[in-house]
Amino acid sequence: MGMGGKVVTVTSGKGGVGKTTATANLGAALARMGKSVVVIDADIGLRNLDVVMGLENRIVYDLVDVVEGRCKLRQAMIKHKQFPELYLIPAAQTRDKTAVSPADMIQLTDKLRPELDFILIDSPAGIERGFRNAVAPADEVLIVTNPEVSAVRDADRIIGLLEAENKGPGRLILNRVKMDMVRRGEMMSADDVTDILAISLIGIVPEDENVVPASNSGIPVTLNENSRAGQAFRNIARRLNGEIVPFMQLDEGGGFFQKLVRLFAGGNGQ
Amino acid sequence: MAGFLDRVFGRVNSKGSGSTAKERLQFILVHDRINLPPERLQAMKEEILAVISKYVAVNSEDVDIALQQRQRDSLIVAEIPFTRPHEDIEKDDPDTPQESNRILD
Repeated sequence: MGMGGKVVTVTSGKGGVGKTTATANLGAALARMGKSVVVIDADIGLRNLDVVMGLENRIVYDLVDVVEGRCKLRQAMIKHKQFPELYLIPAAQTRDKTAVSPADMIQLTDKLRPELDFILIDSPAGIERGFRNAVAPADEVLIVTNPEVSAVRDADRIIGLLEAENKGPGRLILNRVKMDMVRRGEMMSADDVTDILAISLIGIVPEDENVVPASNSGIPVTLNENSRAGQAFRNIARRLNGEIVPFMQLDEGGGFFQKLVRLFAGGNGQ
Repeated sequence: MAGFLDRVFGRVNSKGSGSTAKERLQFILVHDRINLPPERLQAMKEEILAVISKYVAVNSEDVDIALQQRQRDSLIVAEIPFTRPHEDIEKDDPDTPQESNRILD
């Protein structure tokens, strides 16, 4: 733990690319590794992280209550059911994003650093106040994007803003990659995206049908041992922790036999 | 046969819409990154051309000034073929350089 915990902000620019899912899963994966973690929902007015983590019915106090001094920091930290050292500080649902300032976020995380290994901040979409709040205290920024034109364009905008604030360039999580489409040339590959954005990759998360059921039940998919997306998030958590983990072989069913099957199944198109 | 081998070894096909996406993004991002509205960009091109034309004869039809991306660096790349030193054109009509180009070619 040393000088204190690391503040990692998860952001994206575009909404709906999997930012909140990524934050919840990295929090759970780090906690599973025995790390003490707090995840902070910085999306004031549009609280979501509590639901993805299955903690929505335990909320008493929120981020704005802490910042405005209505409760002690500890009172707003909701303990996870499964991991005693995983906490959530939820966003306020009824306030606007001006209730918190970048300076507030720096002050808050400075109080948390001595107590925890990781402080993960889930940034709201967009490039407004909420984004600046989320990024202000960051030691490292993770940019989530999908291999789609609009999402990559917004990621580039975010990378530019991070560089301007000396927080960049950050590392990239490429989420919802469909390997069969990449193979057919109908989706950009991780190489294509990193080529365009010119930043380094911290993880490639394959599209996985386990993600929606996991979010339905409020149990992060990374706790599902059989989920490939879950495995990808576990790998990202280890990389965040400074370990060197090779990238997953995403070529699903990549054995020679499967390739032969694919060859003959789709063999009449050539 | 190449197609057959590509299928066996799962090589990536670069002719699909994925490569279209990449090309479109590269064009979009270089303009996003420079953050200049199109009319300002056009004005800049005209000024560059005006400066160059003070020294050498240039046929504006042949000029290509474009934005390019190399990693995270945005570049203004100009290809400006010139035909002869400026001293000569001063004697000509303002409209003639285009014709003299053709003669020199």
